[in-house]
Amino acid sequence: MSQLIFLKGLMLGIALACILPILLPPGVRWRVPGGIVLGLAAGLGIAASVPSGYLSYFIGFMTMASLYAILSLGLNTQWGYTGHLNFGVAGFFAVGAFTSALFTIEAPTGLAAQYTQVLFGLQMPFLVGVLAAGVVSGLVAFVVAVPVLRLRLDFLAIATIGVAEIIRLIFQNERWLANGPQPLRGIPQPGRCLFESRHCEWLPESLAWLIEPLGTRDYTAFYLMIVAAFLALIYVVLERTCRSPWGRMLRAVRDEESSAAMNGKNVTFARVQAFVVGAVVMGIAGALYAHYTVAIDYSHFHALFGTFLVWIMLMLGGSGNHRGAILGAILVWGVWAGTAFLANALEPLLALIHEDLPGRAQYIRWLLVSLLLAAVVLFRPQGLLPEEMRVSNHLRGNGH
Amino acid sequence: MAVSETRKPGQELPADERRLGERLRAFIRTRGFLVGTFVVILIAMYVAGLIAGASAQRLLALTAWGLMLGGIIALGSIGLSLVYGVLKFPNFSHGALVTLGAYVAYTVVPLLPQGEALRPFSFGYEFLVALVVAMPVVGLVAVAIDRLVYRRLRNTGAHLVLFAMASLAMAFFVRSMIYLIWGPDFHFYYPGRANPALYLPFGMRVRADQLFILVLAFVLVAAVYVLLEWTRMGKAMRATADNPHLAQIRGINTERVIAWTWMLGGGLAAAGGIMYGLSSQLRPEMGFWLLLPMFAATIMGGIGNPYGALSAALIIGIAHQVSTSFLDPTYGPAVAFVLMVLTLLIRPQGLLGRTEG
Repeated sequence: MSQLIFLKGLMLGIALACILPILLPPGVRWRVPGGIVLGLAAGLGIAASVPSGYLSYFIGFMTMASLYAILSLGLNTQWGYTGHLNFGVAGFFAVGAFTSALFTIEAPTGLAAQYTQVLFGLQMPFLVGVLAAGVVSGLVAFVVAVPVLRLRLDFLAIATIGVAEIIRLIFQNERWLANGPQPLRGIPQPGRCLFESRHCEWLPESLAWLIEPLGTRDYTAFYLMIVAAFLALIYVVLERTCRSPWGRMLRAVRDEESSAAMNGKNVTFARVQAFVVGAVVMGIAGALYAHYTVAIDYSHFHALFGTFLVWIMLMLGGSGNHRGAILGAILVWGVWAGTAFLANALEPLLALIHEDLPGRAQYIRWLLVSLLLAAVVLFRPQGLLPEEMRVSNHLRGNGH
Repeated sequence: MAVSETRKPGQELPADERRLGERLRAFIRTRGFLVGTFVVILIAMYVAGLIAGASAQRLLALTAWGLMLGGIIALGSIGLSLVYGVLKFPNFSHGALVTLGAYVAYTVVPLLPQGEALRPFSFGYEFLVALVVAMPVVGLVAVAIDRLVYRRLRNTGAHLVLFAMASLAMAFFVRSMIYLIWGPDFHFYYPGRANPALYLPFGMRVRADQLFILVLAFVLVAAVYVLLEWTRMGKAMRATADNPHLAQIRGINTERVIAWTWMLGGGLAAAGGIMYGLSSQLRPEMGFWLLLPMFAATIMGGIGNPYGALSAALIIGIAHQVSTSFLDPTYGPAVAFVLMVLTLLIRPQGLLGRTEG
């Protein structure tokens, strides 16, 4: 095993070590250490055995799946635990992405300023950008939630569709804000300098030889590691908070609103809290997406990609179950990626029906995933991993 | 209200004992206040248009176009409102039905022998035939979707949100079918055919097609009125919207009522889509673009109330067009959205909804 393959395998292994312990069933003993060891071994094994083209495809796949898993976790707080119908996930995703981009980008000067206009470019570190993305997204959610959440729950679905559409329109039209309809380019990537020929200034000379063989093409594995770490962190935080009395209050508000109110819970405030927390998580996902793709524009935050896929993921995985949300994200993203191959394979068949059809093969993917959502809603609305009815952490095995 | 319930017959009307804040809140929730808010907003929009440099004539023309757009939105939102009232869920696939109607008519038009344009309109008789064909076709598609998806959910007694989600899935299903069959390109019913504007009094310039759209919208709304008020099916529909269990007990076949509701809603949506396609162009996203104004009109008018949907749609249409005199035209859906949120804040049951919530 060469040094390069070992390093790539190590990065992939750390990423998998973040995700696998979550996916293992909670009853398994040694779940966390076992998952970490398994993840590291799988990462090294995959890197050693798979050709590098497939390896980078796999890394890209896992990055997008993890990003969607974070979105799905955010939606799970809103829908799974509190019953909010948020059909505007794409809006909060977009707010997070553009906020983080503006916080970390370098404001163009001179000639470049004519081609790229931004409201501000603060050149802050990556983590500040992610934090700001969460905060701004949460603020937007708060502004939306306060007038709408007092009312019937189905109004929220209509209102959030509207909010997402308006957010998209703003990023499409307002040139001064984030370069209007043109993409906002040059979003910095954290730790990118490690992979360039002149290493980071903060890296001691004595350690530089360790990462010598890595080139800029291998950066994706490093970023996957960051996204997976965020996924694991957000999972742990949400799992803790949702198992705390706060999570029980949310479920009480969802299932028995009047008895929750009777027990002295402020129902409206609880709803607003859950909505904002979910939006913060979605904003963080947006930030991670912006730094992944480097260039973003309004068209990335279409309702199809930003909202619809996330809903299928959560519904298939299991609403009200964080593990289900992550599992659903990986499965549906797998289906989505798989249908691309299927659409390609079907092209000759489609050509027999009509000459125009092969060019439209990509829409078959939408057809299939929309049928998938309909099938889940009709036949298994609780999802693959249904919600666990757990009253207390101290009552193990008590399913009621 | 608590005050009126405790009053016995013959007893003196008690003096209003509510505090000022309560009285103010009750006043804000009245229909009059909501109408007044809309009037103020519209006046403010005209003033903003004048300040932005639009001439009075232009604002008048925008108002006329707004009425036409309102007619299109009304056709979509009446169906949406009926379905919302009878089946109690927001149908997110209604926009896709609008698009489907436009494209079905687009397929029918070239199948017929092409006649001369019926001047002053830009279309010939074959367009009217296509309209008449497309409406029941889309209605049947809506009924078929109901039979395949929503009825199963009804039978299991599923929660409202599952219906909403299923309708979202169906929206994307129908939309992807439209993309597959007709492709992502723009289309026109009559590419390249001119439709010169008519000169109306006060210097207004309106195309004949636009007048046709407005008239057709009102004719269809009148037909819906006749259907709902004067026929047995209409009465059954209103009864089912009011209380489905009671309607069943009184011997109404609610499944038939639901099927006719879908038929009606789908047909009207198709008409709206065809009119929209005639006034601009056909594109697969057109229904999604109209979805927000349609929902806004439904909620503003009071859910389940087609007349409310009509009046709200006209307000939205005018506000939408007049706002273009001082705002980027792509922000149209945002104008509808703001009006909707204002309604939710002031009077959630809408313009013509019952006062007791």
